[in-house]
Amino acid sequence: MNILLALITVALLGGAFGFGLSYAEKKLAIKKDEKLLELEPIMPGVNCGVCGYAGCNAYASAIAKEGAELNLCAPGGPDLVQKISEIMGMVVEVDPNERRKVAHVMCKGNVEFTAKDYVYDGPMDCNAAHLLMGGDNTCKDGCLRMGSCIKVCPTDAISKDSDGYIVIDEAKCISCEKCVAICPTHVMQMIYEDSEYSIDCNSKLPGGRVRKFCSVGCIGCKICENKYPESGCKVESYLAYFDQAVPHSQIAEAAEACPTKIIIKR
Amino acid sequence: MSYIAILLTFIFINNFILVQFLGLCPFIGVSKNSANAIGMGASVTFVTTVASVVTWAIYYFLLVPMSLQYLQTLTFILVIASLVQLLEMVIRKISPALYQALGIYLPLITTNCAVLGIAIINITNGYNVMEAFTAGFAAGAGFTLAIVLMSNIREKLDLMPVRRAFRGMPIAFISAGIMALSFMAFDKSLLTNLHLV
Repeated sequence: MNILLALITVALLGGAFGFGLSYAEKKLAIKKDEKLLELEPIMPGVNCGVCGYAGCNAYASAIAKEGAELNLCAPGGPDLVQKISEIMGMVVEVDPNERRKVAHVMCKGNVEFTAKDYVYDGPMDCNAAHLLMGGDNTCKDGCLRMGSCIKVCPTDAISKDSDGYIVIDEAKCISCEKCVAICPTHVMQMIYEDSEYSIDCNSKLPGGRVRKFCSVGCIGCKICENKYPESGCKVESYLAYFDQAVPHSQIAEAAEACPTKIIIKR
Repeated sequence: MSYIAILLTFIFINNFILVQFLGLCPFIGVSKNSANAIGMGASVTFVTTVASVVTWAIYYFLLVPMSLQYLQTLTFILVIASLVQLLEMVIRKISPALYQALGIYLPLITTNCAVLGIAIINITNGYNVMEAFTAGFAAGAGFTLAIVLMSNIREKLDLMPVRRAFRGMPIAFISAGIMALSFMAFDKSLLTNLHLV
């Protein structure tokens, strides 16, 4: 008798909860936007956050519900904008020749070339090291080479080579700029992928001080700008930069003439 | 036992994680960063509080009149699992923002032994409904305290030069052990000294 009572009680209780839940599921169901269902699968799914939303799904729902801009997704590029605009029924001007940007470390310094301020013995994290007088390099604008950018890269495009340099696999780079945001010295910058040359220095100090700190720094001598006006190089606050967009027929000669050899063919 | 005594008991003296060793799975699994830890703590607090009251009602209004007390474990699991499912649906409908914050943690809690633990402890200690409510809240608060402390420690540990053999889980377990040791400092005499018993 007792066991029967137990059986019935548990069965009724379980049944009641089961039916209650299935009823609640129907009653409390949420209709999902049809456009959202189409948008979610075409997102790149790396959840990098460049668009300014919490992730790919959050951006998709922002497009569907709040009318967010369609072209915020850097990894997706023009192809994705095209697909989204088809789904949303909107026409968006897409420039197919838009130049892709990739991350690049504007520094060729290492233990051999760059003098140290002090011996750093703390957590291997660029931002932690930067708190102590801007890092252990004498040059406070250079790469600290502790690899905070490696940790944040959503596609594992960044790695350290055997010499301790941070290298970027440009085929894997999705232009999300997470590494640019985390880099305390701003030595990680976005450059155009099709750029043939880059000037790998980030130091805006006058030449004399750069020479003291590092043998591979831009000393602002302006040889590239003055002697080779067609090189596409410009020097501003003792730091040269190269622009692919302006005429640059003399860049190879300028690279040869650069006293610290930091105009580097990519 | 006064309500303050119950609060102190379940937050410090009988802290669910560090003294009673209940709910260790989320404690280790969700303590990698403090934002997630706070979310998990809040969800557990919410569920333990509600589950305490509901299981108390089921026990005294259903099982006791039919003298089926031996079924408490079975029915409590049933109740807690359905309750959490229902809560999840209700929150999803009423407050999408809260659902976003708690969403992924709620299903994890359904079979959490901390929730079943507080339901059974309430009955064993013979609490009335208000005491059960307080104990449920305090147990959740104690869980939150432990998991938030742990997540802060682990965030620091990530940056520390730890030997490779200890990196990750092992050093987390060792830290948890030392934390548990420090919680041994709280015991019943605290209540007597504060004249709460």
